[in-house]
Amino acid sequence: MSLHTKNLAELSDELKNKKISSVELTQYFLDRIEKFDSELNSFVTVTKDHALAQAKKADEVIASGKAGPLTGIPIAQKDIFCTEGIKTSCGSKMLDNFISPYDATVVEKFNHAGAVMLGKLNMDEFAMGSSNETSFYGPVSNPWNTKCVPGGSSGGSAASVAARLTPASTGTDTGGSIRQPASLCGITGLKPTYGRVSRYGMIAFASSLDQAGPIAQTAQDAGLMLNAMAGFDPKDSTSVDKEVPDYTADLANDLKGLKIGLPKEYFGEGLDSAVGDVINSAIERYKQLGAEVIDIELPNSGLSVPAYYVVAPAECSSNLSRFDGVRFGYRCEDPKDLEDLYKRSRGEGFGPEVKRRIMIGAYALSAGYYDAYYLKAQKVRHLISDDFKQAFEKVDVIMGPTSPNVAFNIGERSDDPIAMYLSDIYTIATNLAGLPGMSVPAGFANNMPVGLQIIGNYFAESQLLNVAHQYQLNTDWHKQMPENYI
Amino acid sequence: MEWETVIGLEIHTQLATKSKIFSGASTAYGAVPNTQACAVDLGLPGVLPVLNKEVVTMAIKFGLAIGAEVAHRSVFARKNYFYPDLPKGYQISQMDLPIVGKGAVEIELEDGKTKTVGVTRAHLEEDAGKSLHEDYHGMTGIDLNRAGTPLLEIVSEPDMRSAKEAVAYMKKIHSLVRYLEISDGNMQEGSFRCDANVSVRPKGQKEFGTRTELKNINSFKFVEKAINIEVERQIDIIESGGKIVQETRLYDADKNETRSMRSKEEAMDYRYFPDPDLLPVEITEDDIKSIEKNLPELPAVKQARFEKDMGLSNYDAAILTSDKDLAAYFEQAADKSGQAKLAANWVMGDLSGRLNKEDKTITDSPITAEMLAGMIKRLAENAITSKMAKEVFDAMWNGEGDADQIIEKRGLKPADSGEVEKIIDEIIANNPDQVEQFKAGKGKVMGFFVGQVMKASKGKADPAQVNKILAQKLK
Repeated sequence: MSLHTKNLAELSDELKNKKISSVELTQYFLDRIEKFDSELNSFVTVTKDHALAQAKKADEVIASGKAGPLTGIPIAQKDIFCTEGIKTSCGSKMLDNFISPYDATVVEKFNHAGAVMLGKLNMDEFAMGSSNETSFYGPVSNPWNTKCVPGGSSGGSAASVAARLTPASTGTDTGGSIRQPASLCGITGLKPTYGRVSRYGMIAFASSLDQAGPIAQTAQDAGLMLNAMAGFDPKDSTSVDKEVPDYTADLANDLKGLKIGLPKEYFGEGLDSAVGDVINSAIERYKQLGAEVIDIELPNSGLSVPAYYVVAPAECSSNLSRFDGVRFGYRCEDPKDLEDLYKRSRGEGFGPEVKRRIMIGAYALSAGYYDAYYLKAQKVRHLISDDFKQAFEKVDVIMGPTSPNVAFNIGERSDDPIAMYLSDIYTIATNLAGLPGMSVPAGFANNMPVGLQIIGNYFAESQLLNVAHQYQLNTDWHKQMPENYI
Repeated sequence: MEWETVIGLEIHTQLATKSKIFSGASTAYGAVPNTQACAVDLGLPGVLPVLNKEVVTMAIKFGLAIGAEVAHRSVFARKNYFYPDLPKGYQISQMDLPIVGKGAVEIELEDGKTKTVGVTRAHLEEDAGKSLHEDYHGMTGIDLNRAGTPLLEIVSEPDMRSAKEAVAYMKKIHSLVRYLEISDGNMQEGSFRCDANVSVRPKGQKEFGTRTELKNINSFKFVEKAINIEVERQIDIIESGGKIVQETRLYDADKNETRSMRSKEEAMDYRYFPDPDLLPVEITEDDIKSIEKNLPELPAVKQARFEKDMGLSNYDAAILTSDKDLAAYFEQAADKSGQAKLAANWVMGDLSGRLNKEDKTITDSPITAEMLAGMIKRLAENAITSKMAKEVFDAMWNGEGDADQIIEKRGLKPADSGEVEKIIDEIIANNPDQVEQFKAGKGKVMGFFVGQVMKASKGKADPAQVNKILAQKLK
């Protein structure tokens, strides 16, 4: 039996046709996690009993004929989503002892859809990182080469799907944290429009940028996942009250006449030429599918990384203030007084990257600097949004590389934050503008996967999935599996 | 040298919503610690605030009542600081775009004049929890029931020139928020409290002196005391050649002194920025109009109506409208008895006196407005004398029933004119000296006769009637 070679949609059919039970399927993936994850380190917590109980329930639902597409399907959650009664660490020592008393809306929605949760996935601490190296639980390995990083911050989410330890997973994307690891691990990831998926119960990094989305083998699977995740949530004021379409409905549309914009800023200096070649041949394939390619400009692209590294730290410096050792999470031993409690609980509970960003953010918001940094960065956000707005008057989607490089070695960039920050140079702008973006496997460079980034207009997730699905019908990059995990 | 005091107040009034400003937890006072704090109030990882729309309506009501501009777009901001009873490490407040802009209220001064006090702004924010330092053996207990309770912070211009003016302003705002039913104004429970910015300057000087901020004063009495003691302290310092330090000071009611909490140098940088978890509040002209339509009658309008329609003096009308419940009580008593002036006298006189003595408010009065009106009616038709009325009032206060029941039970009835005449005749006969004096032009003796008659009738005679008959007989 090689159930792991099947994608989510195929497994869903197997369950529906009673070729296999959810309990069997769940046990199958639990066994794979057991077998492979000691090497990969993609899971922080494996929730075996919880998963088998959910699977049993799902089998009853399937037997009663009321199954939906996700009923009985095993998935895994990034450890940033609160799960009732289960440790929710956010990759940090600060929350190593935190058992959430409630479920995130995303978790609730998957439960409602009948999905089975295999466990909680490793990630960069508080989602701050592009390599999964800042995790308190240690780095995650890239299944294509275990010496390499899987990308981040959703490193566990991407590695676990790439190694087929779970059919699909959830991730969050603040500056590229779904798309970049999806690219580096050769799988499909979607960051929806800001406000499309509820942030309630998703531990905040940068509130105005954070967005949850699916990580899966195919665009179709990502669509099935997004169907369960998306929707207005009265508990999240920034979620958008807009109807949720069936994200698989437009998959079959052909791409004749599709206008693809290629921003010249995404193909310039800094892009690994082997990665560039892969992207160019993917574009060629789209031309063969009937698409028209148009050169465009996103003139303020160069400002996106600096603006991001003001806005995101500013928000995180405030969002992470609640981790003070008073009510939950890590508390230092024998605090002398209140100040000592704060300083040591936070000093010992947070890792260096988190501290760096809190300090940058507190500085950017402080009196006398606010206008020069925070306000200016917000203005840059408007400029970047305007660039996209003008581009989408001419084109339907924008394409380019997801990341300038393939996966790098563990440890290679961990002492050089600037080099690390540049991993997200092509993904950050969409977060600043709130636009949806995808990464789709498009080939290999130096034997490591390369992802094609597709950026859409606001709420154009159906179109993005359609554009990705048509490519996947005509290529098999997304079917490639790292050989040690076959 | 003559000194002038300059005062501005920041009043925090708790808005009377059932649930908190950003969560569904109850705001009821006095629950067991931490039983009214939900995941959002605790600042758990991942939770998000959702604005309680009711607070926006309440703030708009206040803005309209002080003639202020209501913002069409208002933004919540985070005020960042660490404190154990502040669960998120920031307070959600408003900075650049408060919901209520510049307005003003009129206060009545002691000399009968009125003065306009400017309101700079009023903004919405959440309250913090409570730190309990006693009973925890050197540790601190945290009660988060109050965390997330909605507050409207009302900031005045530095327009007040004495502690008394500050009290008058605070009372005016207190009366207003209660009229608008946006706050219960309960000061014991901390629903209405203020910080006072105080400075002094030589009379005639234009520039303000260096100010200090007195924190968290929760009664009218303490505001007056705290300001006076601080003014004294400041003048003493300056006159002995010192300088005032800009700082935050705490008023200690037990010792009646203010003491330094932190200086300007130690002042915190709150790193305000717009809260990315909350969308800006958009308020349309239509929203404002529909709230305006449903505003209750405001004190100034009510006062004018009491003067014009009920014939009350400016003074009486001002007192009776100073409190919403008092005004409602009076209005009911006046309506039911048809005797506005009498009702005003009884409410401001015997009733208020009795309530004050027993430390009760008008809403706890054992005599309802309807009961008081019943008594006033009988008094007005001369079915009882004023002396009897006082007896009826006491009996009603003690729960013996309404006026008619008491009158019947006690057989209260003014003496009839025949009886009164008989008594008068006797008293005239028994006091020839006084009759002589009266006839000789000593009008004052009249009082003696009235007193004697009242005494002899055991209070059953109607003094007006006695006066009339006496005057005839003594001619």
